[in-house]
Amino acid sequence: MITKRIIPCLDVKNGRVVKGVNFEGLGDVNDPVTLGKYYSDNGADELVFYDITASAEGRGLFTDILTEVAKTIFIPLTVGGGINELSDFERVLSCGADKVSVNSGAIRNPELIGEAAKRYGDQCVVISIDAKRVDGVFRVFAKGGRENTGMDAIEWVKRCVGSGAGEVVLNSIDTDGVKNGFDLEMLEAVCNVVNVPVIASGGAGCKEDFVTLFNTLPKVDAGLAASIFHFGEVTIPDLKKELAAKGITVRL
Amino acid sequence: MVAIIDYGVGNLFSLKSSLAYINEEAVVTSDPDVIASASHMILPGVGAFPDAAKKLFGSGMADVVKAEVAKGKPLLGICLGMQMLHTKSFEYGECEGLGFIPGEVVDMTPEVDAALKVPHIGWNALTFKGEKSKLYKYINEGDCVYFVHSFYAKADKECVSAVTEYSIPLTASVEKGNVYGTQFHPEKSGKVGLNILRAFCEIGG
Repeated sequence: MITKRIIPCLDVKNGRVVKGVNFEGLGDVNDPVTLGKYYSDNGADELVFYDITASAEGRGLFTDILTEVAKTIFIPLTVGGGINELSDFERVLSCGADKVSVNSGAIRNPELIGEAAKRYGDQCVVISIDAKRVDGVFRVFAKGGRENTGMDAIEWVKRCVGSGAGEVVLNSIDTDGVKNGFDLEMLEAVCNVVNVPVIASGGAGCKEDFVTLFNTLPKVDAGLAASIFHFGEVTIPDLKKELAAKGITVRL
Repeated sequence: MVAIIDYGVGNLFSLKSSLAYINEEAVVTSDPDVIASASHMILPGVGAFPDAAKKLFGSGMADVVKAEVAKGKPLLGICLGMQMLHTKSFEYGECEGLGFIPGEVVDMTPEVDAALKVPHIGWNALTFKGEKSKLYKYINEGDCVYFVHSFYAKADKECVSAVTEYSIPLTASVEKGNVYGTQFHPEKSGKVGLNILRAFCEIGG
């Protein structure tokens, strides 16, 4: 049976991974290529590289780094950040990305998803959503979670998948950074309306949070996290052993 | 030298990189002379069957590949490239394939458990069938590889070298003589995948 995926996310700014990472045996590292290789060799099922650079110069640097990463890491690579038009898909795909994650770019131009899916296939287009409860309703936030678009998150997910998005990354702003577990309620609401893979993001603080995620919501396909992996609070091989011991199918 | 058959389909970055990583010289080519001089051939492919088949046959590459296979040169089809090794496909209507492997490529949707998602995306385990394939020389049964597909090959049983479980056994790899095919992406399957590519490149031409 298909395995649940564990996905570390690396935020890259000006060619370096934001927040230095300290692994035993690696020391302080913020080189994306070294880190990507480390994760790839240590159980990650996929890598997400997020470009949080604002400048054109930084974007060029990111593209160079992506090429280096893709030359040495042979697991699926998803790239997000700064994806606003088809040429951005082309830019990262030609550097070895397998999937492209769109967030604000799709909010500004919802046609982008359909156009990209038609050209590169549904499996290539990932819709990434930052959502937060506002007066009891899940709302879509743009610009890295700073701006309430007023859009209903569940309706937005349905629309994106209907247009051809092949995968959904749901990041709950409510649980992000709290390290008290994933936002099960929000994830369930999304899983109920789509039949493409759903990746949970935001809130993982310990191994148990992943066990709870997959046991409570069998329709969730993957768990994504950044800091708990980067800071070594949870190592992916340990996490996978724990998941396997709890009867959850993972790639060991 | 490995010839990656170029017929205008798909992104070949990862495939080229993975062969470079295992120190195999590889060229992406549509030149019959270069293909003739290669020791091995890889047929890649992503997208929909009819479009890719049209390009493969229309470009003359199908005839070149068939001639080289007839001479005994090992061929590896990957993903849609694997599906195209078969007799025919039913993706967007009936469409003829290369016919190396007796079998048909069909939509998995009506066959798999309704609760499961299609496409079948992610890492899934291999169950070997028959005598262990030469492709799997360096890997073990139960190792996981990376899949992305909605159609699957219902190949002649004799030709199936591995399956993967998705409420039904989906054909994961096929082979007949010097023709091999993997539904999964070895170039995206980590060390296991690299070891499969290495084993393919060691198969004597």
